[in-house]
Amino acid sequence: MSDHTTNAEKYWQANLRLILGSLVVWALASYGCAILFRPLLSGIHIGGTDLGFWFAQQGSILVFIGLTFFYAWRMNKLDEEFGLQE
Amino acid sequence: MDQFTINLLFVGGSFALYFGIAFWARAGSTKEFYVAGGGVHPVLNGMATAADWMSAASFISMAGLIAAGGYANSTFLMGWTGGYVLLAMLLAPYLRKFGKFTVPDFIGDRFYSRTARLVAVACLITASVTYVIGQMTGAGVAFSRFLEVDKSTGLMIAAVVVFFYAVLGGMKGITYTQVAQYVVLIIAYTIPAVFISLQLTDTFIPAIGLFSTHTESGLPLLQKLDEVVRELGFRDYTADVDNKLNMVLFTLSLMIGTAGLPHVIIRFFTVPKVADARWSAGWALVFIALLYLTAPAVASMARLNLLTTIYPSGPTEQPIEYAERPDWVQTWETTGLIKFEDKNGDGRVQFYNDVPAFQDEATARGWEGNELVVNRDILVLANPEIANLPGWVIGLIAAGGLAAALSTAAGLLLAISSAISHDLIKGSINPNISDKGELRAARISMFVAILVATYLGMNPPGFAAQVVALAFGIAAASIFPALMMGIFSKRVNSTGAVAGMLAGLISTLVYIFLFLGWFFIPGTASFANTPDNWLFGISPLSFGAIGAVINFAVAFTVSSMTPPPPKEIQDLVESVRYPQGAGGAVDH
Repeated sequence: MSDHTTNAEKYWQANLRLILGSLVVWALASYGCAILFRPLLSGIHIGGTDLGFWFAQQGSILVFIGLTFFYAWRMNKLDEEFGLQE
Repeated sequence: MDQFTINLLFVGGSFALYFGIAFWARAGSTKEFYVAGGGVHPVLNGMATAADWMSAASFISMAGLIAAGGYANSTFLMGWTGGYVLLAMLLAPYLRKFGKFTVPDFIGDRFYSRTARLVAVACLITASVTYVIGQMTGAGVAFSRFLEVDKSTGLMIAAVVVFFYAVLGGMKGITYTQVAQYVVLIIAYTIPAVFISLQLTDTFIPAIGLFSTHTESGLPLLQKLDEVVRELGFRDYTADVDNKLNMVLFTLSLMIGTAGLPHVIIRFFTVPKVADARWSAGWALVFIALLYLTAPAVASMARLNLLTTIYPSGPTEQPIEYAERPDWVQTWETTGLIKFEDKNGDGRVQFYNDVPAFQDEATARGWEGNELVVNRDILVLANPEIANLPGWVIGLIAAGGLAAALSTAAGLLLAISSAISHDLIKGSINPNISDKGELRAARISMFVAILVATYLGMNPPGFAAQVVALAFGIAAASIFPALMMGIFSKRVNSTGAVAGMLAGLISTLVYIFLFLGWFFIPGTASFANTPDNWLFGISPLSFGAIGAVINFAVAFTVSSMTPPPPKEIQDLVESVRYPQGAGGAVDH
């Protein structure tokens, strides 16, 4: 039982690390590139406007899709590695 | 065939389809009514979630808001998609593992308290009813246009249709009809956008057309648009925002609100496994993105088309004469959603930004005020007409707009009715109620919810998308933090959770009511809703994020001063964290 607990704890820690990393990317794409850092990215032109505008209207959404699939794929693998899958 | 008949055919045909499916899959037991027997494939579930999600606000209002605000209103695009990342990682898999019917079920069990459950019910009902108002307003706009009646009549027709539609099926009927609705709404949204993108940029993918060259002028589309709006005294379409704090908080409110909306969370109870709940969130986002990547293109192109219609020889030349206005302006005038007043008596339609900064230029051109008022909510519906697309495209978009409004309204009504019949009546007032009695209570509460929403839909505190944004603020400040703490902390106890939810909900409501009227009753606002009056420049719509912070802070503080939750609750938290042994959604 204690063995199982440490296994479970490791699994939970791995999950928390994964969430944290993903949320950093999530925040950088939306709050970072699209809003706060837009003035810094204004030198990069794209289709009549700048990179920040692209991130705000399209880029961040594409990043979000990538993140959710990455998380699902990675977690489902972790489930198996730790023998916790259904 | 005239346009009215075409609209009737499209809308009638799509409705026949939904009712057919709802009837074929109608719910027999309470379990089927709430969660579709727990056996829906992740891709289908993703599609249904997307339909549930993409409401009148997404379909009808969002592009209009982006068209009006340009870059500043990108917040809606990011906010309404970014929440799925939170949902996928912070809530959905664990709530699926928990495996009961409703959000208050989880909060009540995790915080081992009837009070917590009741507070969750109150938060849920407040958020959902506010959200339904937005749907009813949107559906009212769509009905008023295609039946050519005024807005209030349109709203009442919408209420009747939504009611019959929602009471017929429970979750199961709704899941499969929502798959059908997704298909209708995405086709309806995409086809006109493709035509318009081809007309303006020679690119058939609207999302790429947005960043392509405007064929007529040879300039990039967005640069052309910036130039046109600048000539008429508007802010540049791509202009940056000064108040970044508010923009960040508003986006954050929409995101955590999305993750906290009960009718979306409930979706993840309907997949067979925890792993499927994770995939479902991804698929939902893909299907949502199909519309959300097209919306900004629709917005900028519609804005340009609208201005070109009014100023056919360019914004520096004379606008069109009122007598020669296109047919679509006339039909929208009958709904009262487009208004014209010839202020300078020259018989022409002067449409510009009537602000002090543009006063001199306007006077020099002999203009005495903006003469055309276009309701932002009509932009998507009017878009095909503005671009002179064939009649069947217009019929299609009417069907799509109604599909969006109906699917969401039905999902919300289900969440409201389950909160009342399952959580309030069965969970608290009368635990011995029969299955049949519970279903009847669910249907009665749907009826009452529709009445309230219809009344408020007639006197809405803003445009459809803004009313909806209020619902997000409330969900963000109350439900999301409670759920997240319930999963990620073993220390937060019932006293802390209840105090946190109340603090989050009340602070957010008070801040909203101060500026938008107490209980949304017009004329009761304590302060004018202008940026000067806002605390630190935070708009009432952005306050949900602050409310969430207050919720977390209060919950942790109060919990640390009171005893930790009992052992079996800590075990419950432990169990939702690991996918192993997640049974089906259990009856209890």
